[in-house]
Amino acid sequence: MTIAPDAPAYTGPIAHLTRDDIEQLGRELDAIRQEVIDTRGERDAAYIHKVIKVQRSLELGSRAVLLASIFPPAFVVGTVGLSIAKILDNMEIGHNIMHGQWDWMRDPKIHSTVWEWDNASTSEGWKHSHNELHHTYTNIVGKDNDLGWGIMRVDEEQRWTPSSLFQPAMNFINMCIFEYGIAMYDLELGRVIRQKKKGRRPSAEWQMSAKRTLAKIRRQAFKDYVAHPLVSMVTLSGPTTLLANVIANFTRNVWTHSVIMCGHFPEGVETFELKDIPENETRGEWYVRQMLGSANISGSKFLHVMSGNLSHQIEHHIFPDLPSNRYAEIAPKVRALFEKYDLNYHSAPMPQQVASAWHKVLRLSLPNGFLESTNVRNAPSQAVKLVKAVRGDTRTRRRLLKEFEAAGAASIGKAL
Amino acid sequence: MAEISTSPALFAPGEARRPALRERLSRKVWGVAEKIATPLAPADYLDMFNPLRPGADLRGRVVKVTPETADAATIEIKPGADWNGHTPGQYVRVGVDVNGVRHWRAYSLTHGPRKDGLISITVKAVPDGKVSSHLVRRLSPGKIVHLEQAAGDFVLPSDLRGHKFLMVTAGSGVTPVIGMLRNLFPVTDEGVVEHQRLDVTVVHVAPSRPDSIFIRNLESLAEAGAIRLVTRYTGSEGRIDIDTLTELVPDLRERKAYACGPAGLLDNLQAWYDEAGLPLQTEQFRLATVVTSEGGTVAFTGKTVDAPGDRPILDAAEEAGVLMPSGCRMGICFGCVLPMKEGAVRDLRNGELTVARPGETGPEGVPIQTCISAAAGECVIDHPAS
Repeated sequence: MTIAPDAPAYTGPIAHLTRDDIEQLGRELDAIRQEVIDTRGERDAAYIHKVIKVQRSLELGSRAVLLASIFPPAFVVGTVGLSIAKILDNMEIGHNIMHGQWDWMRDPKIHSTVWEWDNASTSEGWKHSHNELHHTYTNIVGKDNDLGWGIMRVDEEQRWTPSSLFQPAMNFINMCIFEYGIAMYDLELGRVIRQKKKGRRPSAEWQMSAKRTLAKIRRQAFKDYVAHPLVSMVTLSGPTTLLANVIANFTRNVWTHSVIMCGHFPEGVETFELKDIPENETRGEWYVRQMLGSANISGSKFLHVMSGNLSHQIEHHIFPDLPSNRYAEIAPKVRALFEKYDLNYHSAPMPQQVASAWHKVLRLSLPNGFLESTNVRNAPSQAVKLVKAVRGDTRTRRRLLKEFEAAGAASIGKAL
Repeated sequence: MAEISTSPALFAPGEARRPALRERLSRKVWGVAEKIATPLAPADYLDMFNPLRPGADLRGRVVKVTPETADAATIEIKPGADWNGHTPGQYVRVGVDVNGVRHWRAYSLTHGPRKDGLISITVKAVPDGKVSSHLVRRLSPGKIVHLEQAAGDFVLPSDLRGHKFLMVTAGSGVTPVIGMLRNLFPVTDEGVVEHQRLDVTVVHVAPSRPDSIFIRNLESLAEAGAIRLVTRYTGSEGRIDIDTLTELVPDLRERKAYACGPAGLLDNLQAWYDEAGLPLQTEQFRLATVVTSEGGTVAFTGKTVDAPGDRPILDAAEEAGVLMPSGCRMGICFGCVLPMKEGAVRDLRNGELTVARPGETGPEGVPIQTCISAAAGECVIDHPAS
């Protein structure tokens, strides 16, 4: 979409807004932000201290229980506890502290510059790719690596290639090994490998980061897969402890991947083209991009904490540095602004958002219009065409892609 | 502090190696603990159970808060195991979270080293004083505060013989002096135990008697003949100047002088003593407030940059050729955060002022986002510029 409402023939979701509207909206959001900053204090500090204490107790307790994991009840309790502890560490604690949400407390132990999380990715690498790139260039195709993590087609305007067909499988694998996926894309491994093929050596700086990441992965793996099971050998619980750690890391991977998919991938969430972003994007325009490029998950308090309050992805993207416990509190005000300016506040329960995000991954793995124009009756012929598009030369493929697109548009027209 | 000497002669040859072995073993255990605790440190978990244990960051637990005057209170603290002790007259830097934000302040220790191992500070709630008000009115027994080791050279000489002393105290400047006096003249149920023959004159300056912290202690020491006390209540008797002081203390020049109080009084005294060629030991609590104006300068390690009040420090520094860490340049990514050791900056987004005062701000400085902060005075930022 384009972000500039005065561009000729613009029909996007903010076509009804004038430049003044957008700037006014920005000022109203600034006011909400200021109100939180003015009232930030003891209550908020007590909240993060409590979450950290709960997480550490849970981690310590679960690891202790797992020392007796040869007994099935201990195995179950310990594994569930450790999974929750790891999720809390990554989401409500790590992600948010590294965002600088708690820097205002001036606590040298709870600060974005010193925090390290229970994840393969180093906090330093993650802060660069997440805070600087993803939050600044949110949902700009090609600029924001989070959008498809550089391995997926997430927008109709991105070119379809036969390898796009693999993206549901790629996404599934990425989900299972998500912490390593994050580490790889924090290092921009794809880019470095492409450059290496062209004969360019990676910079010394990159090599340092890669070294640090490998060291971190080693430490993490040693803790979970060697040290803890070894201690458990005292009660012959080594193998079960190892299994518990594998399950906990896997659960954390699947959960965090799902939550993050819900934030920007569901159908209906806008993506942006770099050429459409004004050179000097104003604060108001930036806000609007965040508002339209994010989606919330509705649900219980427990879900909000377990998602690191990324269930309030919209609020988080508008105000990435406000304490996470405040997102739920300002959500009604933010939502009221969406209504006032007639914008779509994208919110749905988790199963719905996850399904929607996967639907998009699947839909875009196929040529534009393919899914829309395919039904039970024409499925065989469509499949044959798809195989032709994969096997055929560039000209054939281009022709077929155009056909799919036209057929898709036609079937949508018919449905309407 | 008493050192416990472990003479090797006291051990049989085999035993002498034992501590080393134990140390090696404990280091091993600690190493394993570190590997299991990663990415946290074992200390993070141990702190949950015992924040005052040996090896922990220095902290203290508030034991008792006793009101002294309407707006002052004495706070007794059990310091962590690694507390090194102190000399009367020294101060301790105390870190407390006020409204969720960590603040550090220096307070004189108002007792000599005590048998029960507690330390005490006496705090006067100053108007608009966030930290002092919090300590006097909101701190309760059981709370944990952060500490640094005692510091300061406002102490008596180790050999007191042959000295006559003058102590000029103004307002809460009495606190380090009361620490010295309590140590020199311990009070028991029978009254002041004068176990040293000393000639001490205390000149105490305060707005009025009820405003004076520790005035009863000073008066009872005077009644017991331990000290000569001269009070000057400026509310009724007017300000004190050097002429009045020499009148009140005729043998002023013969006395080893100590002074503690606000900057104005200390500056006047210092000037007079300098002129007279006499030594004066002073202690000041608060540094002059940071002047905030339109812009200012930013001193990096190796280079000082002029920084206007309406532009981010990041831009000004980069234009001056300083290699700065940077990120989103809009205040969201915290990729540009640097520690400010001293000075004031204004948040360009809302005009909020962030101030770092040496002595009050933590030793690591106040982290500021250079991309949204403009200088508001002379700032010192810990970052190499060359």
